[in-house]
Amino acid sequence: MTITLHDYSLSGSCYKVRLMLGFLGLDYDRRQVDFYPGRQHKRPEFLAINPLGQLPVLEDDGLVLRDAQAILCHLANRYDGGGTWLPRDPARFGPVMMWLMFAGGELMAASSARLHDVMSYDLDIDAARRSARAAFRVLDDHLTHREIDGATWIVGDHPTIADLACFPYVALSGDGGIGHEEYPAIRNWLREFRKLPGFHAMSGIPEYV
Amino acid sequence: MTATTDPVARNEWIACGWLGQIRPGASHDTMVLGQPIRITRKAGDGYRIAEIGEDGAEGRELPVQTRYTCIFTTLGEPSRPLPEIAEFDEPDRIVVGCGNVGVNTSPYRLVENFLDMAHFSFIHVDTLGATDKTEVLAYRTEHRKDVDEIWAVDCTFFQPAASKAVKGGQMTRYQYRVMSPFSVMLYKNISEDSDRNDAICVFIQPLTETRCLAYMPMAIVDNENTAADIADFQQSIFLQDRVILENQRPALLPLDPTYELPTRADASSIAFRRWLKAMDIRFGIYEKQAA
Repeated sequence: MTITLHDYSLSGSCYKVRLMLGFLGLDYDRRQVDFYPGRQHKRPEFLAINPLGQLPVLEDDGLVLRDAQAILCHLANRYDGGGTWLPRDPARFGPVMMWLMFAGGELMAASSARLHDVMSYDLDIDAARRSARAAFRVLDDHLTHREIDGATWIVGDHPTIADLACFPYVALSGDGGIGHEEYPAIRNWLREFRKLPGFHAMSGIPEYV
Repeated sequence: MTATTDPVARNEWIACGWLGQIRPGASHDTMVLGQPIRITRKAGDGYRIAEIGEDGAEGRELPVQTRYTCIFTTLGEPSRPLPEIAEFDEPDRIVVGCGNVGVNTSPYRLVENFLDMAHFSFIHVDTLGATDKTEVLAYRTEHRKDVDEIWAVDCTFFQPAASKAVKGGQMTRYQYRVMSPFSVMLYKNISEDSDRNDAICVFIQPLTETRCLAYMPMAIVDNENTAADIADFQQSIFLQDRVILENQRPALLPLDPTYELPTRADASSIAFRRWLKAMDIRFGIYEKQAA
């Protein structure tokens, strides 16, 4: 049984999956996809694997999965025996799903800003930064309440796939010209996340925060 | 900004696109030195570049050259040709560009970062540097007057993974070469054969004084990895640099030697700044405000 990740080093969405595989101690094969400048993810060979033309894609034991959030759910469901990354109890499952959707939805504005600044994507950069800041505000307010309650993570007492899914594009936002100055609770949370055993940074995440 | 009037900057060849960026028959609008330009790829091959006026219409046509995976133009009368980099003509090498990467700083900060070895152990941990081996050994700098280039030679640095092809740490030998204010490269000895160096360039397109696009053509000796693997390695390195580049203040480069304090490891930067000062370049340079 082999896990294969269709991967691009500079993709924050691929990084979500690489982090999860690392935290779970899973070995995997890596297929390098020339996302930029080659746009290999839009070529027919890749569209046969993922008709949406998006990274990452995970192949696991006959399953072919797209969407970073779906892949995190799959990996946690299948390989996390302790069940801490994806808690199943009613008090936590729903909130974890809610923040997971936020990571794949509203937070992706920070990814757009980064694609604009780094890879010259033609999009409305002011709108992207505005949307990203609005999402960061929501997350920072939530984490502030969590701090007041003596908690560290987005949901519950352990890091979950909600934290994991939110981390990359928040941590990488400087690449898109969005600093963390206005988000003190986010900064505290980023520091705690970096201390997790098995954590590794990717290019663009400031080493000294 | 409006187009710079600085004749020194205008008289340089400047990268403004990469081959494959524009489809045949299509055009791409961009900017060099504050001047909006339109690059049109002709139906066959070849490119046409024209200034775009304030009314949006195409104006003066500009010279074009394509080489080293890039498209070059100039706003003036270049006094120096494009540099000769023989490694790009060797048929057994992998020649790869990396598209371009946007960086919000002045072009010279990019050149200086590329010349700097002292940051390897802190920014490129486990690849170009190791946290327990930080010393930049003494090296020499030269102003080669025949070609008017700045060189740094006899550079060595301990690298845990000097390139995609290397397995295990080694003392890597480098030579650095600054060919113009907007272009720099290095020769890096990777293979057993000491005559065969990887050639890695950075050509900088200054959109404005503090916004640039960086092109990274490479001619690499590597029998194992694909062009995509090599580009991925280089892009990963560059995005680590990008974080520190965008945090340097001021973004414009000060040429006053009292403004920033260099150490011995900065000898190449000192030579570069002296050279810029001697050519009296103004574009992208930090001018001290009067008290």
